[in-house]
Amino acid sequence: MAYIQLNNKLPGITGLLENRLDTAAPIRALTQILLRGENTLTEMERELLATIVSHKNQCRYCTNAHAATVLALGGTPELLDKVYHDLENAPVSEKMKALLEIASQVQENGKAVRPEHIARAKKAGASDREIHDSVLIAALFCLYNRYVDGLGTYCPQDPAYYQKLASRLVTHGYDRPKNEMARQGEENFK
Amino acid sequence: MAYIDLQNDLPGIRGPMVYRPETGTILNELAEILLHDDNNTLSRGDREMIGAYVSSENDCFFCQHVHGAMAQHYYQSEMSFIDSIKKDYQTADISEKLKTLLAIAGSVQKSGKLVTQEQIDAAKLQGASDREIHDTVLIAAAFCMFNRYVDGLNTWAPKERQVYIDRAAMRARDGYSQSGLQK
Repeated sequence: MAYIQLNNKLPGITGLLENRLDTAAPIRALTQILLRGENTLTEMERELLATIVSHKNQCRYCTNAHAATVLALGGTPELLDKVYHDLENAPVSEKMKALLEIASQVQENGKAVRPEHIARAKKAGASDREIHDSVLIAALFCLYNRYVDGLGTYCPQDPAYYQKLASRLVTHGYDRPKNEMARQGEENFK
Repeated sequence: MAYIDLQNDLPGIRGPMVYRPETGTILNELAEILLHDDNNTLSRGDREMIGAYVSSENDCFFCQHVHGAMAQHYYQSEMSFIDSIKKDYQTADISEKLKTLLAIAGSVQKSGKLVTQEQIDAAKLQGASDREIHDTVLIAAAFCMFNRYVDGLNTWAPKERQVYIDRAAMRARDGYSQSGLQK
Protein backbone atom coordinates (compact mmCIF):
# COMPACT_ATOMS: atom_id res chain seq x y z
CA MET A 1 0.00 0.00 0.00
CA ALA A 2 1.23 3.46 -0.86
CA TYR A 3 2.56 5.77 1.88
CA ILE A 4 -0.13 8.31 1.05
CA GLN A 5 -3.85 8.01 0.41
CA LEU A 6 -4.55 7.89 -3.34
CA ASN A 7 -7.91 8.57 -4.99
CA ASN A 8 -7.76 5.22 -6.86
CA LYS A 9 -6.59 1.62 -6.57
CA LEU A 10 -4.30 1.57 -9.60
CA PRO A 11 -0.80 0.17 -9.09
CA GLY A 12 2.63 1.76 -9.54
CA ILE A 13 2.93 4.96 -11.53
CA THR A 14 -0.60 4.69 -12.92
CA GLY A 15 -2.10 5.29 -9.47
CA LEU A 16 0.17 8.31 -8.86
CA LEU A 17 -0.61 9.88 -12.23
CA GLU A 18 -4.38 9.53 -11.76
CA ASN A 19 -4.10 10.87 -8.22
CA ARG A 20 -2.52 14.16 -9.27
CA LEU A 21 -3.55 15.25 -12.76
CA ASP A 22 -1.78 18.61 -12.76
CA THR A 23 1.71 17.20 -12.31
CA ALA A 24 0.84 14.13 -14.36
CA ALA A 25 0.16 16.18 -17.50
CA PRO A 26 3.75 17.36 -18.15
CA ILE A 27 5.21 14.01 -17.01
CA ARG A 28 3.00 12.14 -19.48
CA ALA A 29 3.66 14.65 -22.27
CA LEU A 30 7.41 14.42 -21.79
CA THR A 31 7.30 10.63 -21.89
CA GLN A 32 5.12 10.59 -24.99
CA ILE A 33 7.52 12.88 -26.89
CA LEU A 34 10.66 11.07 -25.77
CA LEU A 35 9.46 7.47 -26.15
CA ARG A 36 6.86 7.77 -28.91
CA GLY A 37 7.59 11.02 -30.72
CA GLU A 38 9.34 11.26 -34.07
CA ASN A 39 12.88 10.05 -33.56
CA THR A 40 15.78 8.33 -35.32
CA LEU A 41 15.89 5.86 -32.42
CA THR A 42 13.23 3.16 -32.67
CA GLU A 43 10.56 2.75 -30.02
CA MET A 44 12.21 -0.46 -28.87
CA GLU A 45 15.61 1.25 -28.57
CA ARG A 46 14.07 3.99 -26.44
CA GLU A 47 12.19 1.46 -24.30
CA LEU A 48 15.49 -0.37 -23.76
CA LEU A 49 17.00 2.86 -22.39
CA ALA A 50 14.06 3.16 -19.97
CA THR A 51 14.37 -0.49 -18.99
CA ILE A 52 18.11 -0.52 -18.26
CA VAL A 53 17.81 2.54 -16.03
CA SER A 54 14.82 1.12 -14.14
CA HIS A 55 16.66 -2.18 -13.72
CA LYS A 56 19.74 -0.43 -12.34
CA ASN A 57 17.53 1.55 -9.97
CA GLN A 58 15.97 -1.77 -8.94
CA CYS A 59 12.50 -0.38 -9.50
CA ARG A 60 10.50 -3.57 -9.96
CA TYR A 61 7.32 -1.97 -11.26
CA CYS A 62 9.05 0.16 -13.94
CA THR A 63 11.45 -2.63 -14.94
CA ASN A 64 8.59 -5.11 -15.38
CA ALA A 65 6.50 -2.56 -17.28
CA HIS A 66 9.16 -1.50 -19.76
CA ALA A 67 10.64 -4.99 -20.16
CA ALA A 68 7.14 -6.17 -21.08
CA THR A 69 6.94 -3.30 -23.56
CA VAL A 70 10.26 -4.31 -25.13
CA LEU A 71 8.84 -7.83 -25.54
CA ALA A 72 5.61 -6.46 -26.99
CA LEU A 73 7.69 -4.52 -29.53
CA GLY A 74 9.43 -7.70 -30.67
CA GLY A 75 12.31 -8.02 -28.21
CA THR A 76 13.23 -11.31 -26.55
CA PRO A 77 13.94 -12.37 -22.95
CA GLU A 78 17.52 -13.12 -24.06
CA LEU A 79 17.94 -9.55 -25.30
CA LEU A 80 16.78 -8.20 -21.94
CA ASP A 81 19.00 -10.58 -20.02
CA LYS A 82 22.07 -9.50 -22.00
CA VAL A 83 21.24 -5.81 -21.68
CA TYR A 84 20.96 -6.22 -17.90
CA HIS A 85 23.97 -8.43 -17.29
CA ASP A 86 26.28 -8.50 -20.32
CA LEU A 87 25.74 -5.37 -22.37
CA GLU A 88 28.86 -5.74 -24.52
CA ASN A 89 27.54 -9.04 -25.87
CA ALA A 90 23.91 -7.95 -26.22
CA PRO A 91 22.34 -8.39 -29.68
CA VAL A 92 22.12 -4.63 -30.31
CA SER A 93 24.11 -2.26 -32.53
CA GLU A 94 27.40 -0.73 -31.37
CA LYS A 95 25.57 2.62 -31.32
CA MET A 96 22.93 1.22 -28.94
CA LYS A 97 25.59 -0.31 -26.71
CA ALA A 98 27.17 3.12 -26.41
CA LEU A 99 23.83 4.85 -25.73
CA LEU A 100 22.83 2.21 -23.17
CA GLU A 101 26.20 2.73 -21.50
CA ILE A 102 25.56 6.50 -21.36
CA ALA A 103 22.13 5.81 -19.82
CA SER A 104 23.77 3.56 -17.22
CA GLN A 105 26.19 6.32 -16.30
CA VAL A 106 23.34 8.84 -16.03
CA GLN A 107 21.59 6.43 -13.66
CA GLU A 108 24.56 6.70 -11.29
CA ASN A 109 24.96 10.47 -11.58
CA GLY A 110 25.11 13.01 -14.40
CA LYS A 111 28.79 13.58 -13.71
CA ALA A 112 29.53 9.89 -14.29
CA VAL A 113 29.07 10.47 -18.04
CA ARG A 114 32.62 10.97 -19.30
CA PRO A 115 33.97 12.27 -22.65
CA GLU A 116 34.96 8.71 -23.62
CA HIS A 117 31.34 7.53 -23.31
CA ILE A 118 30.22 10.31 -25.64
CA ALA A 119 33.14 9.72 -28.02
CA ARG A 120 32.21 6.04 -28.33
CA ALA A 121 28.60 6.92 -29.16
CA LYS A 122 29.61 9.52 -31.77
CA LYS A 123 32.13 7.13 -33.33
CA ALA A 124 29.35 4.58 -33.67
CA GLY A 125 27.24 7.14 -35.52
CA ALA A 126 25.03 8.53 -32.76
CA SER A 127 23.79 12.04 -33.52
CA ASP A 128 23.81 14.88 -30.98
CA ARG A 129 20.05 14.61 -30.80
CA GLU A 130 20.22 10.86 -30.08
CA ILE A 131 22.74 11.49 -27.30
CA HIS A 132 20.56 14.28 -25.92
CA ASP A 133 17.46 12.10 -25.92
CA SER A 134 19.30 9.15 -24.36
CA VAL A 135 20.47 11.36 -21.47
CA LEU A 136 17.01 12.85 -20.96
CA ILE A 137 15.23 9.48 -21.15
CA ALA A 138 17.65 8.07 -18.57
CA ALA A 139 17.17 11.14 -16.36
CA LEU A 140 13.38 10.92 -16.70
CA PHE A 141 13.42 7.33 -15.50
CA CYS A 142 15.51 8.37 -12.51
CA LEU A 143 12.49 10.55 -11.72
CA TYR A 144 9.93 7.83 -12.39
CA ASN A 145 11.73 5.12 -10.42
CA ARG A 146 12.07 7.37 -7.36
CA TYR A 147 8.48 8.58 -7.61
CA VAL A 148 7.13 5.01 -7.79
CA ASP A 149 9.30 3.57 -5.01
CA GLY A 150 9.57 6.71 -2.85
CA LEU A 151 5.81 6.69 -2.28
CA GLY A 152 5.74 2.94 -1.69
CA THR A 153 3.26 2.21 -4.50
CA TYR A 154 1.72 -1.20 -5.02
CA CYS A 155 3.59 -3.48 -7.46
CA PRO A 156 1.55 -6.36 -8.97
CA GLN A 157 3.22 -9.79 -9.13
CA ASP A 158 1.03 -11.19 -11.90
CA PRO A 159 2.88 -11.05 -15.29
CA ALA A 160 -0.51 -10.70 -16.98
CA TYR A 161 -0.76 -7.17 -15.55
CA TYR A 162 2.43 -6.08 -17.28
CA GLN A 163 1.39 -7.69 -20.56
CA LYS A 164 -1.85 -5.74 -20.43
CA LEU A 165 -0.04 -2.54 -19.55
CA ALA A 166 2.57 -3.07 -22.29
CA SER A 167 -0.13 -3.67 -24.84
CA ARG A 168 -1.67 -0.31 -23.90
CA LEU A 169 1.71 1.44 -24.06
CA VAL A 170 2.39 0.01 -27.53
CA THR A 171 -0.99 0.77 -29.05
CA HIS A 172 -1.97 3.91 -27.14
CA GLY A 173 1.31 5.38 -25.91
CA TYR A 174 1.76 7.46 -22.76
CA ASP A 175 -1.11 9.92 -23.05
CA ARG A 176 -3.79 9.66 -20.39
CA PRO A 177 -6.16 6.78 -21.23
CA LYS A 178 -9.15 8.45 -19.49
CA ASN A 179 -11.16 5.84 -17.60
CA GLU A 180 -9.88 2.98 -19.64
CA MET A 181 -7.46 1.71 -16.97
CA ALA A 182 -10.16 1.08 -14.40
CA ARG A 183 -12.59 -0.16 -17.02
CA GLN A 184 -10.10 -2.64 -18.35
CA GLY A 185 -9.37 -3.91 -14.87
CA GLU A 186 -5.79 -2.69 -14.36
CA GLU A 187 -6.63 -2.11 -10.71
CA ASN A 188 -7.62 -5.71 -10.12
CA PHE A 189 -4.28 -7.47 -10.46
CA LYS A 190 -2.48 -9.07 -7.52
CA MET B 1 31.87 22.71 -22.91
CA ALA B 2 28.74 20.65 -23.47
CA TYR B 3 29.20 17.17 -24.93
CA ILE B 4 26.92 17.99 -27.87
CA ASP B 5 26.55 21.09 -30.03
CA LEU B 6 23.64 22.86 -28.31
CA GLN B 7 23.70 25.70 -30.88
CA ASN B 8 23.51 28.26 -28.08
CA ASP B 9 25.72 29.53 -25.24
CA LEU B 10 23.15 29.48 -22.46
CA PRO B 11 24.28 28.08 -19.08
CA GLY B 12 23.02 25.01 -17.27
CA ILE B 13 19.67 23.49 -18.15
CA ARG B 14 18.75 26.45 -20.34
CA GLY B 15 21.19 25.25 -23.01
CA PRO B 16 19.59 21.84 -23.71
CA MET B 17 16.10 23.29 -23.12
CA VAL B 18 16.58 25.73 -25.99
CA TYR B 19 18.32 23.05 -28.07
CA ARG B 20 15.16 20.90 -27.84
CA PRO B 21 12.29 23.31 -27.03
CA GLU B 22 9.66 20.60 -27.44
CA THR B 23 10.89 18.90 -24.27
CA GLY B 24 12.24 22.12 -22.71
CA THR B 25 8.80 23.70 -22.58
CA ILE B 26 7.40 20.69 -20.74
CA LEU B 27 10.28 20.61 -18.25
CA ASN B 28 9.49 24.25 -17.46
CA GLU B 29 5.80 23.43 -17.00
CA LEU B 30 6.68 20.74 -14.48
CA ALA B 31 8.98 23.14 -12.59
CA GLU B 32 6.24 25.78 -12.60
CA ILE B 33 3.66 23.47 -11.01
CA LEU B 34 6.05 21.99 -8.47
CA LEU B 35 7.96 25.10 -7.43
CA HIS B 36 6.06 28.27 -8.32
CA ASP B 37 2.34 27.47 -8.40
CA ASP B 38 0.64 29.07 -5.38
CA ASN B 39 -1.94 26.28 -5.19
CA ASN B 40 0.27 24.55 -2.62
CA THR B 41 0.44 24.49 1.17
CA LEU B 42 4.22 24.21 1.07
CA SER B 43 5.80 27.64 0.69
CA ARG B 44 7.73 28.45 -2.47
CA GLY B 45 10.80 28.87 -0.28
CA ASP B 46 10.49 25.36 1.20
CA ARG B 47 9.90 23.80 -2.23
CA GLU B 48 12.94 25.57 -3.70
CA MET B 49 14.94 24.49 -0.65
CA ILE B 50 14.05 20.84 -1.26
CA GLY B 51 15.24 21.26 -4.86
CA ALA B 52 18.44 23.00 -3.77
CA TYR B 53 19.15 20.33 -1.16
CA VAL B 54 18.71 17.42 -3.59
CA SER B 55 20.83 19.25 -6.19
CA SER B 56 23.53 19.75 -3.59
CA GLU B 57 23.46 16.05 -2.69
CA ASN B 58 23.71 15.25 -6.42
CA ASP B 59 26.64 17.69 -6.60
CA CYS B 60 24.99 19.63 -9.42
CA PHE B 61 26.58 23.08 -9.27
CA PHE B 62 24.17 24.91 -11.58
CA CYS B 63 20.93 23.61 -10.04
CA GLN B 64 21.96 23.98 -6.40
CA HIS B 65 22.95 27.59 -6.97
CA VAL B 66 19.91 28.54 -9.02
CA HIS B 67 17.50 27.02 -6.53
CA GLY B 68 19.53 27.95 -3.45
CA ALA B 69 19.30 31.56 -4.63
CA MET B 70 15.55 31.13 -5.18
CA ALA B 71 15.10 29.79 -1.63
CA GLN B 72 17.20 32.65 -0.28
CA HIS B 73 15.03 35.12 -2.17
CA TYR B 74 11.78 33.73 -0.76
CA TYR B 75 13.19 33.33 2.76
CA GLN B 76 14.66 36.86 2.59
CA SER B 77 17.77 35.38 4.18
CA GLU B 78 21.51 35.39 3.68
CA MET B 79 23.06 32.71 1.46
CA SER B 80 24.86 31.44 4.56
CA PHE B 81 21.45 30.31 5.90
CA ILE B 82 20.88 28.23 2.74
CA ASP B 83 24.39 26.83 3.06
CA SER B 84 23.74 25.83 6.68
CA ILE B 85 20.66 23.84 5.59
CA LYS B 86 22.52 22.09 2.78
CA LYS B 87 25.39 21.28 5.14
CA ASP B 88 23.32 19.90 8.03
CA TYR B 89 19.60 20.53 7.98
CA GLN B 90 19.12 18.74 11.33
CA THR B 91 20.93 21.50 13.21
CA ALA B 92 19.75 24.36 10.94
CA ASP B 93 17.26 26.93 12.13
CA ILE B 94 14.25 25.56 10.22
CA SER B 95 10.93 24.01 11.25
CA GLU B 96 10.80 20.42 12.47
CA LYS B 97 8.36 19.73 9.66
CA LEU B 98 10.80 20.88 6.97
CA LYS B 99 13.49 18.70 8.58
CA THR B 100 11.27 15.63 8.19
CA LEU B 101 10.56 16.54 4.55
CA LEU B 102 14.25 17.06 3.80
CA ALA B 103 14.92 13.63 5.34
CA ILE B 104 12.45 12.10 2.86
CA ALA B 105 13.99 14.10 -0.01
CA GLY B 106 17.45 12.92 1.05
CA SER B 107 16.34 9.30 0.82
CA VAL B 108 14.70 9.85 -2.57
CA GLN B 109 17.94 11.40 -3.84
CA LYS B 110 19.76 8.12 -3.19
CA SER B 111 16.94 5.73 -4.10
CA GLY B 112 13.16 5.69 -3.85
CA LYS B 113 13.49 2.43 -1.94
CA LEU B 114 15.25 4.18 0.95
CA VAL B 115 12.16 6.11 2.01
CA THR B 116 10.85 4.40 5.14
CA GLN B 117 7.49 4.23 6.88
CA GLU B 118 9.24 5.83 9.88
CA GLN B 119 10.22 8.86 7.78
CA ILE B 120 6.63 9.20 6.53
CA ASP B 121 5.24 8.84 10.07
CA ALA B 122 7.66 11.47 11.36
CA ALA B 123 6.55 13.92 8.66
CA LYS B 124 2.89 13.28 9.40
CA LEU B 125 3.53 13.74 13.12
CA GLN B 126 4.88 17.22 12.29
CA GLY B 127 1.69 18.00 10.42
CA ALA B 128 2.72 17.18 6.85
CA SER B 129 -0.28 16.32 4.66
CA ASP B 130 -0.34 13.49 2.14
CA ARG B 131 -0.16 16.05 -0.61
CA GLU B 132 2.88 17.73 0.94
CA ILE B 133 4.61 14.37 1.23
CA HIS B 134 3.70 13.64 -2.38
CA ASP B 135 5.14 16.93 -3.56
CA THR B 136 8.31 16.46 -1.53
CA VAL B 137 8.92 13.06 -3.15
CA LEU B 138 8.11 14.35 -6.64
CA ILE B 139 10.23 17.51 -6.28
CA ALA B 140 13.15 15.38 -5.09
CA ALA B 141 12.62 12.91 -7.94
CA ALA B 142 12.31 15.74 -10.48
CA PHE B 143 15.63 17.21 -9.36
CA CYS B 144 17.23 13.79 -9.80
CA MET B 145 16.15 14.23 -13.42
CA PHE B 146 17.08 17.90 -13.84
CA ASN B 147 20.50 17.40 -12.22
CA ARG B 148 21.32 14.44 -14.48
CA TYR B 149 20.17 16.32 -17.56
CA VAL B 150 22.42 19.26 -16.69
CA ASP B 151 25.51 17.25 -15.75
CA GLY B 152 25.03 14.29 -18.09
CA LEU B 153 25.40 16.69 -21.04
CA ASN B 154 28.26 18.53 -19.29
CA THR B 155 26.67 21.98 -19.58
CA TRP B 156 28.60 24.98 -18.29
CA ALA B 157 27.64 27.04 -15.23
CA PRO B 158 28.64 30.55 -14.07
CA LYS B 159 31.06 30.23 -11.14
CA GLU B 160 30.03 33.49 -9.41
CA ARG B 161 27.25 32.92 -6.89
CA GLN B 162 26.08 36.51 -7.24
CA VAL B 163 24.95 35.75 -10.82
CA TYR B 164 22.36 33.35 -9.45
CA ILE B 165 21.26 35.70 -6.67
CA ASP B 166 20.80 38.53 -9.17
CA ARG B 167 18.42 36.47 -11.32
CA ALA B 168 16.27 35.12 -8.47
CA ALA B 169 13.88 38.07 -8.12
CA MET B 170 13.02 38.00 -11.82
CA ARG B 171 12.43 34.26 -11.81
CA ALA B 172 10.28 34.55 -8.67
CA ARG B 173 8.18 37.23 -10.37
CA ASP B 174 7.84 35.53 -13.77
CA GLY B 175 7.83 31.86 -12.76
CA TYR B 176 9.22 29.04 -14.85
CA SER B 177 6.63 28.72 -17.60
CA GLN B 178 7.24 32.39 -18.48
CA SER B 179 10.98 31.90 -18.61
CA GLY B 180 10.93 31.58 -22.38
CA LEU B 181 13.28 29.53 -24.47
CA GLN B 182 15.03 32.27 -26.42
CA LYS B 183 18.69 32.05 -27.29
